[in-house]
Amino acid sequence: MNVIFAGVGGQGVILASKVLMEVAKSADYDVKESEVHGMAQRGGSVDCHVRFSEKVYSPLIEKGTADYIVSLEILEVMRKLDYLAPTGTLIVNRFQVNPAPVETGAMEYPGDLEEWLNTNSENLQVVETEDILKEVKSRKALNIVMLGVLSNHLEFTEQQWEDAIKSLVKEKFIEMNLKAFSLGRALK
Amino acid sequence: MTKKVLLGNEAIARGAFEAGCHVATAYPGTPSTEILEAIAYNHKNIKAQWSPNEKVALEVAAGASVAGARTLAAMKHVGLNVAADPLFTFSYTGVNAGLVIINADDPGAWSSQNEQDNRHIARAAKVPMIEPSDPAEAKEFTKIAFDISEEFDVPVIVRITTRIAHSQGLVELEDPKEVPVKDFVRNPKKFVMIPAHARPRHQYKESTQIPALREYSNNSGINRIEMAGTKRGIITDSVAYQYVKETCPEDSVLKIGMVYPMPDEMVKEFASKVDEIYIVEELEPFIEDHVKALGIKVTGGKNIVPSVLELTPEIVDQALNGTAPKRNIADYDAAKIPPRPPGLCKGCPHGFVFNVLKKLDLHVNGDIGCYTLGVLPPYSAMHTQGCMGASIGMHLGMEKAHGPEIARKSVAVIGDSTFVHSGITSLIDMVYNKGTGTVLILDNRVTAMTGQQENPSTGKTLMGEETHELDLAMMSKACGVKRVVTVDPKDIEEFERVVKEETAAEEPSVIISLRRCILHK
Repeated sequence: MNVIFAGVGGQGVILASKVLMEVAKSADYDVKESEVHGMAQRGGSVDCHVRFSEKVYSPLIEKGTADYIVSLEILEVMRKLDYLAPTGTLIVNRFQVNPAPVETGAMEYPGDLEEWLNTNSENLQVVETEDILKEVKSRKALNIVMLGVLSNHLEFTEQQWEDAIKSLVKEKFIEMNLKAFSLGRALK
Repeated sequence: MTKKVLLGNEAIARGAFEAGCHVATAYPGTPSTEILEAIAYNHKNIKAQWSPNEKVALEVAAGASVAGARTLAAMKHVGLNVAADPLFTFSYTGVNAGLVIINADDPGAWSSQNEQDNRHIARAAKVPMIEPSDPAEAKEFTKIAFDISEEFDVPVIVRITTRIAHSQGLVELEDPKEVPVKDFVRNPKKFVMIPAHARPRHQYKESTQIPALREYSNNSGINRIEMAGTKRGIITDSVAYQYVKETCPEDSVLKIGMVYPMPDEMVKEFASKVDEIYIVEELEPFIEDHVKALGIKVTGGKNIVPSVLELTPEIVDQALNGTAPKRNIADYDAAKIPPRPPGLCKGCPHGFVFNVLKKLDLHVNGDIGCYTLGVLPPYSAMHTQGCMGASIGMHLGMEKAHGPEIARKSVAVIGDSTFVHSGITSLIDMVYNKGTGTVLILDNRVTAMTGQQENPSTGKTLMGEETHELDLAMMSKACGVKRVVTVDPKDIEEFERVVKEETAAEEPSVIISLRRCILHK
């Protein structure tokens, strides 16, 4: 299984990938992940490749073979479409984060992304997360909400996801994140 | 057996812990930084420290090793250039307790100024080099490296790349080994490299040590043949091995774990078992040149695999199998997708500095750090940069080329950590050789670019202890600079006035632009 998480520095893409790895590990899969640090911290695009299977060699997903691309920001999914497998699914948060060239007025944020995705992708779920983030009172929970959405597509139990979240987030944020996960899981 | 998901760099830290490592040193540098952070955070029994630069880190490590402690030094590929001087000679002296150098290359230059392939350094320095291919091996190989170092009396380099350092995988956790610190035994013939001692050490290396290491390379199992079909045999190392296993399951593989010295006998044996030899390696044709020198025909090597940027599964698939990646969704006009170029954070103190330098239209000799982003819009205010500390030397060089008038229109710009790393000697040179330039030390109170590390000018150690805080103004004065001004760059008018005044002065000056990094807690 090949899953790409895409987003913008600060959105929690790396934690999302860690939770998925922990879940896959708990189900006795071999698992690998690859990420890019460094310059990515400063407002850049961030992506993580997560792979799990009986035996995983490459930490990178080969183009054309991603089963899921989970994008925490709608523009970021557009940079990863090369990776989509023929039967692959796109899970996209409708939220927009303006890149620097949009902020300075040098470029426009494309207005037709959702329409284009609706027209061109066979397996697409665009989600609206703003209400959930308000309900749990934390924008930082976005990554966990998106995992909740992804969880409907994968074989793991709710318990496995919750255990993984508990093992990776700070004690005082566990309750909030579990709520975020379950609200994400309820998005159909 | 407990298994844990670890980052490659965390796996190395774990390996050091399990090997009974006593001392660890480093200067931060992507993609190697998390190794020492993980040691300091998770394995507090190891004495871990940030050194001012990689040369000092390796020298402290060598001292600890010679004195009897198992020691690890970690650095990025260009850091090993800085540490090359001690490396090439400690290769002769050897060790007492194990000395392991972790070297992180950066194919693709994700966060570096070049893509140098440090496998060449192992051969040039005659130091054994081993290469893990994933986090599980990163832990295993770190432990093996300590054993090789002690068995063969030589420092050992573990070469990782960004794709090993910053990928995660399952790692088995084992108990740490109890290793006592040995005694220091005086032995000047081994540890003092006057020419009369160096020549026999080199002789010993050539006649005894390297042949023994080559035998280890052939027989220890660190290199291994994985036979499948006999039509095609692929020799590969590091993460490229994983891409080969993924994309060429029907081919036989010689997995190189020790790349220097190469396992010659094993290469010959492998070549005799398959019809054609292919070599898949990132960057330079290091393995390929060696295999060809053994008189073996290489059907596919750098003639089909690129020698720039990092490899990916699809690049290997295309080179070896002719399979181009398929696009499974329509194309969206790429020109409409705005990029997210890296930029300074909102409110970053460096932004104030570069606005003024741009306004005054100065020649700016830059250096390595977040502030190198001053080269990009909206500032576009940096005109030279190359390596840690180069700004001040290049600034003096420009004055040597054109006379003092160019110094009136120029500045050198260097961060606090970079200044301590390798700017101080250049500042001494500027004063000593009668330069009249202005050096801006951008003091944001932290090593920011690599993710907020302490350094000698912050007053804290890697372990979080209070320590002496190097006074950059006093240091500049001690170098002989009489004009030293400290100013807050957010006070824009005053900052501009100071820059104008100091660049106009016909003697060397240092401006300390003091404002805390906005990410620093």
